[in-house]
Amino acid sequence: MFPYIVRRVFVMILMLTILSIITFLLFNAVPTDPAMLTCGKTCTPEIVAANRIRLGLDQPLYVQYIDWIKGIFVGRTYGSGSATFECSTPCLGYSFRNGEEVTTMIVDAIPVTLYLASGAFVLWMLVGISAGIVAAKNHGKWQDRAIMSVSLIGYSLPVFFVGLLLLIFAIVRWNFLPYPNYESPFEDPLAFFQTMLLPWITLAILYAAYYARLTRSQLLEIMGEDYIRTARAKGLSERVVFRKHAFRAGLTPIVTSAGLDLAGLLGGAVITEYIFSLPGLGRLAIGAVTEYDLPTITATVLVAAVFVIVANLVVDILYAAIDPRVRLT
Amino acid sequence: MTNDANVILEVRNLNVEFTTEDGIVHAVNNVSYKVERGKTLAIVGESGSGKSVSSLAVMGLLTGTNSKISGEVFFNGKELVGADPEEVRKLRGDEMAMIFQDPLSALHPYYTIGDQLTEAVLVHNKVKDSEARIRAAEMLTKVGIPSVEQRMDDYPHQLSGGMRQRVMIAMALINGPELLIADEPTTALDVTVQAQILDLLRELQKEFGTAIVLITHDLGVVADLADEVLVMYGGSAVERAPVREIFYSPQMPYTWGLLASIPQISAKKAQLDPIPGAPPSLLNLPKGCVFAPRCTFKDQVADGACASHFPELLEVSKDHAARCHLTETQRTKIRSERKIGRM
Repeated sequence: MFPYIVRRVFVMILMLTILSIITFLLFNAVPTDPAMLTCGKTCTPEIVAANRIRLGLDQPLYVQYIDWIKGIFVGRTYGSGSATFECSTPCLGYSFRNGEEVTTMIVDAIPVTLYLASGAFVLWMLVGISAGIVAAKNHGKWQDRAIMSVSLIGYSLPVFFVGLLLLIFAIVRWNFLPYPNYESPFEDPLAFFQTMLLPWITLAILYAAYYARLTRSQLLEIMGEDYIRTARAKGLSERVVFRKHAFRAGLTPIVTSAGLDLAGLLGGAVITEYIFSLPGLGRLAIGAVTEYDLPTITATVLVAAVFVIVANLVVDILYAAIDPRVRLT
Repeated sequence: MTNDANVILEVRNLNVEFTTEDGIVHAVNNVSYKVERGKTLAIVGESGSGKSVSSLAVMGLLTGTNSKISGEVFFNGKELVGADPEEVRKLRGDEMAMIFQDPLSALHPYYTIGDQLTEAVLVHNKVKDSEARIRAAEMLTKVGIPSVEQRMDDYPHQLSGGMRQRVMIAMALINGPELLIADEPTTALDVTVQAQILDLLRELQKEFGTAIVLITHDLGVVADLADEVLVMYGGSAVERAPVREIFYSPQMPYTWGLLASIPQISAKKAQLDPIPGAPPSLLNLPKGCVFAPRCTFKDQVADGACASHFPELLEVSKDHAARCHLTETQRTKIRSERKIGRM
């Protein structure tokens, strides 16, 4: 098990490195001059030139990349002489648009997205997996057909549609809930909960539908395996056969999907955050894109990618914990 | 009810049907047989002949909602068809057990073999885990697993095919069942390993007095292990006889075909003699004799009886029954002309 993890971590570091290079290069390929973006309408060529040097944009690309990466690990000092300012570790750059360190913006946005994604995750896993189990256990009966039909509808509805529908009816028309206004759960738990409820449901509907179908098809496939017949031939009760023998085997693809889906959402649930005015990573990214805020775009992409890669590692380790055959390969 | 205390399993007029989208599959039709304590009955036939399905029905392992079982199955005098599934479950793995063709897929990939055997003990015995583990280790030693203490912590994929089948056998016999159903236990194994597994089964049968229902298409295995043979074709029993009779005096053209298709090193011909045609569709069984469409001798029977009605399973001699419209004289003549059976 240990060598397996070491190998995976090594691969992860390699992937992160490659990914940071690609991200960095991509945003330097954008046909705008980052130095130009640093000053407003009253810009003079002198200010642009000064900013270019201050931000190190006059350096060759590889030096810029190294500076950027170094900034993440040890912090960074922009400019020299009297006009310097410190960007503390981990430094992801400075956003002129917002007059803020990118790291601060990201750190503010992460908890929002984290609460949104994890709340929705818990909801959809509970609902989706239970529905899938019920459907599989009643294969071919009305319960199965009902769950599959409902999940098909849920799966087909786009997030922006469900989100807006909930917003219009639950908030605007019927006033079940106040207008979304994000508050930290530690300061105002009630407002937090009232704001997050609809976004959670919005995301959970889509994913629960998918997980219900995934769980059902997995379990049905596993229930037809030879080792399930063996378990029955041993005289185990249906309950033990299901819980101990079938469910664990059916879990592997669910764990894989769950890890990656959660990671994808942690990178920012763009549409949901937008609809419900949640100041999360997704909204930060979209805002940065519309404003040409290059350091922020690069940083949000990098953070999202880190989530996915770390989730991949966690999934791989869980996979090995569930399936002993994986440990040896 | 059977009144013969010597019979561990008696199957009477067993029928198994599956409802599918294409229609009703008649997988097993009116099959009857008896297995005596400590003896081996081989059920022989090609794929789709109903041999596996009939034994799964006996074990109560046809759990799908689309299957329909009728007829009678007496195990130790107890009727199993229509019995409380919970009662049958308690018998499974305890008094009757089963091993399967492919031991790799039949063992759970996520649990160590020690765990899987221990579990088999614990289902039917109120003992401590440690005690169950000791029994598991003893049984594994008995089936010839070397350095058992280490192997107990191995997962099935870490063992060789032969070792896995030994583990399956150990798991099936760990509670000392009176009946073992072995569904093609050697088919997925190397030839050299096949012989070892058959030897092992024979030894354990002697030691435990277990009756075996051996499902196979390999007549070599039959000759090796069986006391009695039931030949199945298209879901029906077509011939039933003591093992010697099957080889020396087979009475049914399908059995002849099976015997002729065994490769023989001494044969002068370079080619095998396969049975022409393909097995019947169980969705749509022929109206007369199931074997008639592939039978070379159906023209010798008057009035096209083969195409119009299925012959009864009639006794030809003591303990030997076959379904065939050919008269005894005709059969004897054909057998001597074609040198079928060792006469």
